[in-house]
Amino acid sequence: MRDEERKHSKEPVIEARQLTMAYGQRLVQRDLSFKVHKGEVKVIMGGSGCGKSTLLQHLIGMMAPVSGEIFFFGKPIPSDEVSLKNLRKRFGILYQSGALWSSLTLAENVALPLEEYTEFKKGEIAELVDFKLSLVGLSGLGHRYPSELSGGMKKRAGLARAMALDPEVLFFDEPSAGLDPLSSRRLDDLILSLREALQATIVVVTHELDSIFAIADSALFLDTGKKTATAEGDPRKLRDDANAPLAVRKFLRREADS
Amino acid sequence: MSDRTQQFGVEVREEEGRVVWSFSGEWTLPRADNRRRAEYRKRLVQSLREGGEVCLEMKEVRGWDTSFLGFLAALWKTGVNEYSCTFVDEDMPAGMRKLMSLARAVPEVPAEEGVQRDSFLRQVGLGTMRVFQGIRCYHDFIGTLFLDLGRLLLGRASWRGKDFWLALQQAGPQAVPIVTLLAFLTGLIIAFIGAIQLQKLAADIFVADLVGLSMTRELAAVMTGVIMAGRTGAAYAAQIGSMRVNEEVDALQSLGISPIQFLVLPKVIALVLMMPLLTAFANVVSILGGLLVAVGVTDVTMAQFHVQIVGAVSSVDVLVGLFKSMVFGVIIALSGCYRGLRCGKDAASVGRATTSAVVTAITWIVVCDALFAVVFHILGI
Repeated sequence: MRDEERKHSKEPVIEARQLTMAYGQRLVQRDLSFKVHKGEVKVIMGGSGCGKSTLLQHLIGMMAPVSGEIFFFGKPIPSDEVSLKNLRKRFGILYQSGALWSSLTLAENVALPLEEYTEFKKGEIAELVDFKLSLVGLSGLGHRYPSELSGGMKKRAGLARAMALDPEVLFFDEPSAGLDPLSSRRLDDLILSLREALQATIVVVTHELDSIFAIADSALFLDTGKKTATAEGDPRKLRDDANAPLAVRKFLRREADS
Repeated sequence: MSDRTQQFGVEVREEEGRVVWSFSGEWTLPRADNRRRAEYRKRLVQSLREGGEVCLEMKEVRGWDTSFLGFLAALWKTGVNEYSCTFVDEDMPAGMRKLMSLARAVPEVPAEEGVQRDSFLRQVGLGTMRVFQGIRCYHDFIGTLFLDLGRLLLGRASWRGKDFWLALQQAGPQAVPIVTLLAFLTGLIIAFIGAIQLQKLAADIFVADLVGLSMTRELAAVMTGVIMAGRTGAAYAAQIGSMRVNEEVDALQSLGISPIQFLVLPKVIALVLMMPLLTAFANVVSILGGLLVAVGVTDVTMAQFHVQIVGAVSSVDVLVGLFKSMVFGVIIALSGCYRGLRCGKDAASVGRATTSAVVTAITWIVVCDALFAVVFHILGI
């Protein structure tokens, strides 16, 4: 059903056209063009320092590109505050460190977006918060402060907050960084079930190969040296495709230069 | 050669048209000897011939570590780059050869060709642009703050009562002990200095005027301002700054929640409300300090002191001080929050933000106090 639907929805959810990013004089990546379709899990991969997280910052409208454009649902990212705010309401973002608000409890963290954007009363919000926390396996820990959680729990709590408003697009910044293999596997499964359940479009920035092969429908490889995307496609195919650039195959096979 | 009897050494000899470096002994860090190493280095470099071949002999090496490899790698580099020598390393232990080839491998990222220095004019230009950018950012911040204040008054802001009460508690009651101590001592010191001078003129009673006027009009507000800048302003900058490092501010923005409404407004309002209360309290405590000196050091009685101070200090003086303290509160909270929000994403910039918040706040407190002095003088207040 999902594949069917994906074919029908021709208009991509996210589209980048000839995107060039830089910090001041220092070029990060240039000429990036790609599309993310509804329900797709797109992985942005590449070596450390290649500009993956910077690209994410651009996609969520926190940074403006030097040139090129980004479209959401067929429209360019708006520059005025109000429209940008309305667009961001449809996003959920999981930051690398979880970025939970340290002065709020876990439950308050998840509740804040709901208080901000819904008409729900306290009781209903508490119910929803409980539900979201139980989805990520943290039910009953709502009264804890972020400083009282382990790294993996913070990530999952961050995920519960990111999906508080049932977003259409979910962004993940290095979801498995710093997690043990089992926790990171569980997070991958969670990402896939979210896609299934919420029909969300998901963009993941990561360099964890296991995750890439487990979740990616399509991957975009950012090359550190060439400063542009050198490959895009199913990572499993890219790995075995003799036509794919050598750097990409080596990356996916975990081969170092001998 | 005598080298062999010592801990480490090297011998140079020519053999079949090539240079042989024969190392011996223990080339390790604990045995490193700067003077001898320099001597060997000089000798080895001298033995290099243009386009020659260098054979490395290691049979006699009894121990080595990276200090030896560093020594060797530098020589190798000189030999290859300056003399186009070739090195024969067949004799090297396998581990040593592996490390050497690792060190010689082409770096992943090409070495950057020295930092390009901008011309003087360009630096001045960039600096000026940064100043103007900074001013624009600050105006943006103030503008947004006022808009958000308006939204708050209309009841349309993301406002968390709990945060406000917490800020109120931190900026108010928790600051009382330190304000008490410093205000009391300030009153005491001023009265003491004044009393000694005034006694010479037999005008002891004017200690009351001195303490009363200087504290209520000027010093209580300024002292409290300086204390709060160091205490609360710094805390604001550090708290918001570390929230930036931890991406918490980004998370707010991406949810469309204004960090100014959520983080800055409660703090600014709390401090503006608490500053006059703290200053009023500082007034009372510092006058008590003055009273203690007046009664203890001079012959003034408590009743005389009371009558004198009530006559000298008018309610206008007190109100001027309280008004100033409110302005100082705005300055402290704004510089703390602004520096925090502009903080970079590493630990060092949290430190810079905190420092700069305190320095900015104290500077502006003093500058504003001077301006107030002029304005009040012109207005005749």
